[in-house]
Amino acid sequence: MSEEQTVTIEVDGRELKAQAGAMLIDVTDAAGINIPRFCYHKKLSVAANCRMCLVEVAKVPKPLPACATPVADGMKVYTRSPLALAAQKGTMEFLLINHPLDCPICDQGGECELQDVALGYGSDVSRYVEGKRVVKDKDIGPLVATDLTRCIHCTRCVRFGAEIAGVRELGATGRGEHMTIGTYIEKSVDSELSGNIIDVCPVGSLTSKPFRFQARAWELTQFDGIAPHDSVGSNIHLHVRRNEVMRVHPKENEAVNECWISDRDRFSYVGLQSDERLTAPMIKRKGGWTEVDWPEALDETARVLKQLHGDQVGALASPASTLEELHLLQALMAGLGSNHVETRLRQNDFRGKAPSFPWLGRPIAELETVDAALLIGSNVRKEQPLLGHRLRKAALEGAQISYINPFEIDLNYAADQMVDTPFGMLADVAGVAKALGATGGLIDSAKVDETHQAVADQLKQATKASILLGNIAAAHPDYAILCGLAEKIAQASGATLGFLPQAANSVGAQLLTGKGNNAAEMLANPCKSYVLVGLEPAYDFWNPAQASAALKAADSVIALTSFRSPSLEQTATVMLPMAAFTETSGTFVNAEGIWQSFSGIVRPAGEARPGWKILRVLGNLLDLPGFEQESSEEVLAEIRENLADKKPDNSLGDELPAQQLSQTSGLQRIGDVPIYAVDPLVRRSMPLQQTHDAIAAAVYINANEAGKAGLSEGDRVSVKQDGHQATLGIIIDSNIPDGAVRIPAGVAGSETLAGQFGQVTLEKA
Amino acid sequence: MGFKNQPMTNVKPVDDRESLFSPEIRAEIDKWVAKYPGEWTQSAVMAALRLVQDDNGGYLTQELMDKVAAYLNMPPIAVYEVASFYSMYELKPVGKHKVCVCTNVSCMINGSDRIVEHMEKRLGIKLGETTGDGKYSLKEVECLGACGGAPMFQIGTKYYENLTPELVDSILDGLE
Repeated sequence: MSEEQTVTIEVDGRELKAQAGAMLIDVTDAAGINIPRFCYHKKLSVAANCRMCLVEVAKVPKPLPACATPVADGMKVYTRSPLALAAQKGTMEFLLINHPLDCPICDQGGECELQDVALGYGSDVSRYVEGKRVVKDKDIGPLVATDLTRCIHCTRCVRFGAEIAGVRELGATGRGEHMTIGTYIEKSVDSELSGNIIDVCPVGSLTSKPFRFQARAWELTQFDGIAPHDSVGSNIHLHVRRNEVMRVHPKENEAVNECWISDRDRFSYVGLQSDERLTAPMIKRKGGWTEVDWPEALDETARVLKQLHGDQVGALASPASTLEELHLLQALMAGLGSNHVETRLRQNDFRGKAPSFPWLGRPIAELETVDAALLIGSNVRKEQPLLGHRLRKAALEGAQISYINPFEIDLNYAADQMVDTPFGMLADVAGVAKALGATGGLIDSAKVDETHQAVADQLKQATKASILLGNIAAAHPDYAILCGLAEKIAQASGATLGFLPQAANSVGAQLLTGKGNNAAEMLANPCKSYVLVGLEPAYDFWNPAQASAALKAADSVIALTSFRSPSLEQTATVMLPMAAFTETSGTFVNAEGIWQSFSGIVRPAGEARPGWKILRVLGNLLDLPGFEQESSEEVLAEIRENLADKKPDNSLGDELPAQQLSQTSGLQRIGDVPIYAVDPLVRRSMPLQQTHDAIAAAVYINANEAGKAGLSEGDRVSVKQDGHQATLGIIIDSNIPDGAVRIPAGVAGSETLAGQFGQVTLEKA
Repeated sequence: MGFKNQPMTNVKPVDDRESLFSPEIRAEIDKWVAKYPGEWTQSAVMAALRLVQDDNGGYLTQELMDKVAAYLNMPPIAVYEVASFYSMYELKPVGKHKVCVCTNVSCMINGSDRIVEHMEKRLGIKLGETTGDGKYSLKEVECLGACGGAPMFQIGTKYYENLTPELVDSILDGLE
């Protein structure tokens, strides 16, 4: 019997068509026939251990579990027959034997699968009078709370860890009544997708630690939203009570995030309640900050901007700004006579022609079907966790995934990793290009070793392959060369060139901005005045030292921001409180090029206003044309009209920049941005900052280089880069190549240093 | 990765498996590994744990289990699961003679309660405990598949069947 063969079965008298070999529960789910279940989950392997989905099948003497029974032609199934109901009720009674019957004090109460099913299949009174099993709770980290006495041993969380997160951290130890879910040893669950075990847990055994006992399911109103922290644009549900976002859940969308979201998207909302929210407009007067009302703040801002001539003002905006904000920002700057609007703040090499509509190169869902992929300068697992998940799926199906990075990254599948200094990375990329027969520039002088040849062969033989450039590549001093080489590899191997855009709206921002001076130029030749949107100077720039200096030197810095921060207060002259995530409507374009709009669902904190409104009113006050929009939808309509003919396009200019800017001498810094340091909101989410992935600023160096410099673990060193200095601790890390040190950017401690890449010297402090 | 289709291996297997165990233990484990299809080295986990436990005076430590995980290229938690599931693995030090008394249905019907009571009295310890001199441990186990000779217990690798308090005394007297 072939897999494709269709069979006809009968369920409760209804005739259903199904693929031979499909599990019964999948067929009934598709037909809308409800069978109770706990351990079955459509994205996980079949365990068939809860026995709740027992149904009667004609000619079979005993009830069968629907989740593990393949359909066969002519099968007659009864889901509500006396035999099936008796089996389901029996299972329910057994499950409830060791489950506390105290739903009112359980965090899951009201949204619990066990509670729901017990209502239908349980009895009114428990016949069980003996003592119940009690299990000690375990501390598995700052994100997930455990209440293991409530566990019904469905093992969904264990299977999620092994199959989806790719890290087998949770397990079921012990036997029979003594079986417990846990890590066995004292240890936290550190996957970047760990929050999803809260969703898969059918009972109140694993719940959200930040949300625990904060609200009841029936008090919450659910709204749709789009996650703002990476270019996946995960679809989310926001649960709101009394104008406060209480938690975030995934909204199923197979094409984007399936039924998962990353921990970053799930727990960042906590930062919305930060004490550092800016709740009223403020103006710096005589070196101190004064709270003012909106009319005064706007008048002052308009007055400052009016005095400037075109080129003297530059706008720098977060790549997580909405299309609407960026469109109006662009229009405001154009009205002032300037076209300097930039969002690529973590990039320093702007040579060559940037693609007009950079994107992933293929739909997100297709990423899991590639046969081979070469990722250049990307820690995709931590940068865009759900794209990393798609690639992992591909790898498990046999795809060859290779990486070229300046340090070895922690992966949850087997992959080839070529690790070299930032300078050496170019040689590796060029080597692969040469092995594919490409020519020109660096490629001609490149050496091809076995690994290069192997990767080249994999790419060439694959029917579907992707060359992807990640966040580390974008910050590389020779990004333009990396792009050029990547394009040559793609052309020579028949693979698709793609970008792994950094932020929620990196792609959208590219469509609207970047026509004037780029970020590097704007900061190297300081403008007289800057407009900042959603930024913290200390953490959101490629070169924070340079950015702070340029901003300090400016006559005026108008900052639209949701948060106060020391580095902003030092540099800005006016701070306008801007609505944060969930408080404003807008549109993001994700890595695949999908436009996803969302609405504001809670009132902005204090006097904060949506960014697009602030910019619109500024346009009015400056008497500029094109600021008559009444709603963000109108702004969006304008953008759609302007960009109607834009299609995703990754093509680069033909010319490869010849000059290599990355250096070979001394120790080279690798300044990647850790997963929980990417934007102001994430940096203020305490639960995320307490995880192991929230790494602090330090000097990661391998034992060899540390030995040469006479340094050992824990030493404090004075790091010097381009005349800037920071004092940091030493961490010995075998993942760092010789000739390089990893000093993460975007985290407190490294903001006094210069660029994310560049030469550094270490001296014992 | 599915629990069924493919073994879940460690992303970074250890480089020097040789340093994990003595050559004799490795040779024994490798014999067991050879019995299973190539990629299924982790199928030898039970045999490996038994060998390592015997070598360590009858019990396992977390360090030893981690070593087994590294040697068989499997996640440590999967080893903990196996070691905590089966009653023949000890996670704490045990006495020189581990007496495993079956108290399952057949033995219970045939008076295993009496056997347990007698031994508890004679050794001065409860089920699950070890005598102060470290000579005896008493352990309650499920069916050992010798119902025909119930009640029964196991000491070391030997089964003793049709037990009576007198027989228990003579067996214990005969142990060093």
